[in-house]
Amino acid sequence: MTRLAAALVLLLGVLYFALPLYGMTEFSLRMRRGVYSLDAYRVVLADPQFQETFAYSAFMALVTIVVGVVLVVPTAYWVRLYLPRLRPVVEFITLLPLVIPPIVIVFGYIRLYNTSSFLPLTGSSSGTTLLLLFGYTVLALPYMYRAVDTGLRAIDVRTLTEAAQSLGAGWITIMGRIILPNVLVAVLSGAFLTFAIVMGEFVMAALLNRPAFGPYLQLTGANKAYEPAALAVIAFAITWASMGLIQLVTRFQKFARAER
Amino acid sequence: MSTPATAARHLALRWSGVAPFLAFTALFLILPTLYIVVGAFRTPDGAFTLDFVRALRAPNILNAYWSSIRISFWSALLGTVFGLAMAMAMVNGGLSRRVRGPLLTFSGVASNFAGVPLAFAFIATLGPAGIVTLWLRSEFGINLRAHYGFNLLSTTGLILTYLFFQIPLMILIITPALDGLRREWREAASILGASGLQYWRMVALPILLPSVLGCFALLFANAFGAVATAIALTGSTLNIAPILLFAQIRGDVLGSPGLGYALALGMILIAGITNGLSIWLRARSERWLR
Repeated sequence: MTRLAAALVLLLGVLYFALPLYGMTEFSLRMRRGVYSLDAYRVVLADPQFQETFAYSAFMALVTIVVGVVLVVPTAYWVRLYLPRLRPVVEFITLLPLVIPPIVIVFGYIRLYNTSSFLPLTGSSSGTTLLLLFGYTVLALPYMYRAVDTGLRAIDVRTLTEAAQSLGAGWITIMGRIILPNVLVAVLSGAFLTFAIVMGEFVMAALLNRPAFGPYLQLTGANKAYEPAALAVIAFAITWASMGLIQLVTRFQKFARAER
Repeated sequence: MSTPATAARHLALRWSGVAPFLAFTALFLILPTLYIVVGAFRTPDGAFTLDFVRALRAPNILNAYWSSIRISFWSALLGTVFGLAMAMAMVNGGLSRRVRGPLLTFSGVASNFAGVPLAFAFIATLGPAGIVTLWLRSEFGINLRAHYGFNLLSTTGLILTYLFFQIPLMILIITPALDGLRREWREAASILGASGLQYWRMVALPILLPSVLGCFALLFANAFGAVATAIALTGSTLNIAPILLFAQIRGDVLGSPGLGYALALGMILIAGITNGLSIWLRARSERWLR
């Protein structure tokens, strides 16, 4: 490829990606007639529904990360150490959420865990929130598992475990004070990605009827003019921040390794 | 000293570490999906039936699938072509190395910037009152809708919007493959007298092809499962499979729960086949590119 063609291709690409970003930003500043203003942001941020749904989704994202870590780190560790033959199976399962559309998974939840089932989770609002939490954990599984497994590959799990055991450490100590700190950067990358995914998630929250940020966004989009653009800018900032933090922690790790 | 009892205890201990994971995924991933699959073949009294799967041939359902497949196909094809072009420009274009970092970071952000906010961004830009739409009309007298029949809230608009996450995804997954093309292959080809074009046509492309096809399949599945962007962009006016299923789950618009299961089964099959194809093709390409 010649340099001219390469530059041209990239220029076209930049144009395509810059326009919608410029469009939403410019649109979000136009609420007051004739001048640019931050009115749309002021209105959005002052909206109690925004505050409630944003807090709900942020809380769900954090709990999803905790549940995901508690579920994935011991599993990946155990498979690596004791059940290597089970590895393809576990890997296959963690890939399934990418294969089965989320809308189908949540459809299954609604039918399987309705009020007349053995686990009537959709019967109460806290039960439904719990179900949504598990749904998010399932969505985060592929990213979380891959990140943690890559992190484990970089350390000598067996030696660390045996050393800890010979010093008298129990399983909880090994997990919490040996393994987790060693894969922390990997876990954090998975965690930030999970945060971005949960904050923007729409289908599961909407179908389970939970007051999350995604359905609020959709509702605002259907009823307002300038606020959606402001919300899009905010959502883009969240995604950007999450990805930036991933890069930051990865770089920090390289730096720490080099120093040692 | 392995009596059957200690052996059994040993085995139980061995599996205890993965038991929570297996129980969790069984309850919240596999069983719910199986419930839908089985439901597609079961009458309300529990007998086996193929009626619901046959009923998928109804024109409105076939249309919904067909629109979905068309949108996924075109957004995947254009995403593959433009994503590959941009990745090649970045890796082999002879431009500054400083292009690479920002482009990959941006791709990571943009490939995750999907769903409702993405629809808002495009409405603000190319919607009926969008910035670009109004600018073209006032400065150049070009009316996208009247002159070119362009409507963002349509199949074409949806494809254009999906490209915003399809192209970056393509850049992210094809870049390692492009990096894997060894300089020696190019040198060997040029020593044997091949031109740049011949090198790409006879060496690089055949090696990249499984990778590229695998990425295409992944992009197809990615677009096929995208619900939020479509709903936020078009409301429920567009008849595509995920929107139809969404409406069915909310309010049984098809008037038959079994038919709803069959609709979901169709989505699982299409997404499963394309994803499986993508995983297989990309595993194949790794033989050359390591």
